Amino acid sequence: MDPILRFESFTFQYSSQAEPTVFDISFSVSRGEKILIAGPSGCGKSTLANCINGLIPFSYKGESTGRVTLNGRETKDLSIFEISKVVGTVLQDSDGQFVGLTVAEDIAFALENDCVADPELHERVRSVAELVDVATHLGHAPGELSGGQKQRVSLAGVLVDDVDILLFDEPLANLDPATGKQAMELIDEMQKKTGAAVIIIEHRLEDVLHRDVDRIILMRDGRIIADAPPDELLSGPLLTETGIREPLYITALKYAGAEITPDMLPHSIRTVVLSDEVKEKVREWYRAMPPAPPAEAMPELLTVRDLSFTYPSGHRALKGITVSIRRGELTAVVGTNGAGKSTFAKVVCGFELQQQGTVALEGQDMMALSIKERADRIGYVMQNPNQMISKVQIFDEVALGLRTRGVPEEEVTARVEDALQVCGLWPFRSWPISALSFGQKKRVTIASILVLEPDMIILDEPTAGQDYRHYTDIMEFLTELNARGITVCMVTHDMHLMLEYARRAIVFSGGEIIADDTGANILTDEAIIRRASLKETSLYDLALRCGLDSPRDFVQRFIDYEREAVRK
Amino acid sequence: MTNLFNYIDRSSPIHRLTGATKFVCLLLWSFAAMSTYDTRMLLALALLSFALFRLSKIGLRDVRFMLGFTATFMVINNILVYLFSPQHGTEIYGTSHILLGSGRYALTQEQLFYHLNYFLKYLATIPIVLLFVSTTNPSEFAASLNKLGVKYSVAYSVALALRYIPDVQLEYHEISQAQQARGIEMSKKASLVSRLRSASSILIPLILSSMEKIEVVSNAMELRSFGKHKKRTWYMGRPFRAADVASMVFCVLLVALAFTLNHINGSRFYNPFR
Amino acid sequence: MKNFSVKTIVATGIGAALFFVLGRFVVIPSPVPNTNISIQYGLLAFIAAVYGPIAGLLAGLIGHFFIDFSWGWGVWWSWVIASAFFGGVMGLLTRKLTLEDGEFSKKDAVGFNVGQAVAHLLAWVLIAPVLDILMYAEPANKVFIQGLTSAAINIVATGIVGTLLLFAYSAAKPKKGSLKKED
Repeated sequence: MDPILRFESFTFQYSSQAEPTVFDISFSVSRGEKILIAGPSGCGKSTLANCINGLIPFSYKGESTGRVTLNGRETKDLSIFEISKVVGTVLQDSDGQFVGLTVAEDIAFALENDCVADPELHERVRSVAELVDVATHLGHAPGELSGGQKQRVSLAGVLVDDVDILLFDEPLANLDPATGKQAMELIDEMQKKTGAAVIIIEHRLEDVLHRDVDRIILMRDGRIIADAPPDELLSGPLLTETGIREPLYITALKYAGAEITPDMLPHSIRTVVLSDEVKEKVREWYRAMPPAPPAEAMPELLTVRDLSFTYPSGHRALKGITVSIRRGELTAVVGTNGAGKSTFAKVVCGFELQQQGTVALEGQDMMALSIKERADRIGYVMQNPNQMISKVQIFDEVALGLRTRGVPEEEVTARVEDALQVCGLWPFRSWPISALSFGQKKRVTIASILVLEPDMIILDEPTAGQDYRHYTDIMEFLTELNARGITVCMVTHDMHLMLEYARRAIVFSGGEIIADDTGANILTDEAIIRRASLKETSLYDLALRCGLDSPRDFVQRFIDYEREAVRK
Repeated sequence: MTNLFNYIDRSSPIHRLTGATKFVCLLLWSFAAMSTYDTRMLLALALLSFALFRLSKIGLRDVRFMLGFTATFMVINNILVYLFSPQHGTEIYGTSHILLGSGRYALTQEQLFYHLNYFLKYLATIPIVLLFVSTTNPSEFAASLNKLGVKYSVAYSVALALRYIPDVQLEYHEISQAQQARGIEMSKKASLVSRLRSASSILIPLILSSMEKIEVVSNAMELRSFGKHKKRTWYMGRPFRAADVASMVFCVLLVALAFTLNHINGSRFYNPFR
Repeated sequence: MKNFSVKTIVATGIGAALFFVLGRFVVIPSPVPNTNISIQYGLLAFIAAVYGPIAGLLAGLIGHFFIDFSWGWGVWWSWVIASAFFGGVMGLLTRKLTLEDGEFSKKDAVGFNVGQAVAHLLAWVLIAPVLDILMYAEPANKVFIQGLTSAAINIVATGIVGTLLLFAYSAAKPKKGSLKKED
């Protein structure tokens, strides 16, 4: 069968760049295939996506050599409109892609632009809405939908055109674990129903492999370094060398000394063939690992009692929350969107005032303190650093909070320099912030909070949108801060984060705390996983399949081993 | 805030008119009420607009929040007019019947009559705006503009404004909370210049992130064929019916009536003092 | 970026949304009693400078229209038109700026501020009051004094907010080279 999409020695360089962003790209995709394009941030995978959907060369200008053909015709001879009839793109930012005022209008958007008139217009919208299961929400505004529902609408919006290729740019980035799993199932289902080829751009390998993928195209530094079936890639060292995280069960098998080969079908924990020999190796490794000593108990820092909060709209976001956090802890606050975890952080920081209950720091009630006064004790770091940065120079940005507090300039200089050292920003101290990477900007915002010397910092989704290397960077940095005695609390839906870094996870659901335990215990508890829209870790399944009687302990020891032996 | 403009979904003859019709009627009605100061006509328009309110099944209670603002605005404006120009009535009507006091602030019948007219002017125009706001689905608004001959690109930017107002509002709120925690203040305690500088430290991140959004949204729209043809259809568009045509004709007649009255009166004002 | 592309349309819509939110919900008291500072004009001048006169004009028109609409006090067309005028004129006056390349010099800032002051004076001391008199037969001295007050406040607000935004935006555009790590 002829391929739908074919790249032949394609190179592209943006007009504003000194060097090409993608080099010598050659691959092809046939009807009905499902391809994963993986690679670390900056490897050129988003640029490649733009070359597929026509934004390059029609919106972003630059020089190219080689050919990209769709159904045998070169894309540069087509218009962006013709390309969009063949390639349907679902962008990462589902709020940006949702351009209609309601679900129905958004699904109708492409049809409206094609001058499709009623009654056909309404009929097609309805049938696509039924296909992706949003037909009962047609009149809803985007603000009334969950992240998963918005993504379904985005998908419906491209499915109204009978496209041959569905292109997904980081479809998992903004979803909680259970919804991410459903998203992969939905993509799979849509592919089977429509027969379209699917191209997924992601770096979360294990989550994408929840459903079968035909090939993985691995990119690094703008080049394709591998184009092979998942089983083959998972058996070699390329993935980890490129900074892509392999599935946890594979890491565990490797720790245990097992060799991974393609004929083991390692692409899923459901398919992987475990010989008795391998199972025994895993059991041996488990028995050889000592259980970690329990952490010593520190005095209570934050004490929250019977806290309730209702928004003016009448939404009861928090219902009688009682919890305490000890000095020096590294805690994850998890749950789905709307579970109350963000509201909890906002009430603790004094952004919102509770109707009932108390928030106390070292026994002192914080009710009477203003936002600014509370911020001296509890710092808050927003998810997107671009939402906090308002100065041009790094120094001024970090100094902002001190200057508004009237600290003498000499002391400001000393404290800012100190914070820059701690955050690893000292070499960049005279750079403009715009020259920094996303991860470095994140450090700037953390520095600008640390400089106020709070007892505790709360971070909203500290690792959102980060590839594995940047994720590790940020988390190692937070662990280091924690070791210096700063209490850290992270609001997140990232399971890896809660499992690997947090000593403790507090799980919110429906405005209540439904669990407060170690990550390993939570991610092996089916009832909690279901209620909080989490996903069980594949380590748990591995432990079961190896016949271990305490899968929880296995998960915990794996984490401890990574923390102690591997990362150091 | 999903219902910023207070659209109230009910089933009434007014709701069934297309958005385009209502918009044309709003413009014509406002134009008629603006072009004349004929007391009788303003009174008639005011009464008629209250009758239309009944017809639309929107109660005063539904719009009391907006009525509150309007009343305040109206009172302040009346006071301002009186303070600045206590003999405005005499200038307009050419006579002076003093009721009490003397000098610049002597209260004249003409001034009172002018204020009555000014007040009626509000009553003739504001309820109709409230009526439009509460009976027109915002989703239909852009489609209506396009139907009335506004280019669809411009009409769609109106739709985009409506779409992104809640997002911008939420983002502003979040940024402002985080910046307040860092000590940014905009209250009266700080000087004017520092208040504005503070506002900028919220605005800068808000606007830079909005510019990223502009980039994403325009890509998303192009990838879904926006701008492909000279025309586009609208999911929320509706065809005109007899009632639509009748309403528009009626409002054209209102404008004609206003001009006729102005001609008969010899000016925009109905003058009982001559 | 300054022709009427899809991006201009989107910038108009989101610019109008920003104008609306700032004008409707952001309350910064001014020294004049009962008058708030309209920082949205600083934003409008910025949108006009980056996305051109059509985006400026339409964002002012749509944003201001929605503000009036949401209060329910009727659309005060004279002032809506003055806002649109300001946005459009700022777009024309800033055509020479090369913000995309990260350039916004002190001299550019002075030019921008002279321009915005003139545009505000035209909008609020000429257009708005004259339309008020024509449309609503309001007393001339009332509307001119209101216009002067607004112009003065808007000039200060745009001068600070608009200028800071332009500096921040041009600084956020990366300039290559010259960056070295220090020890």
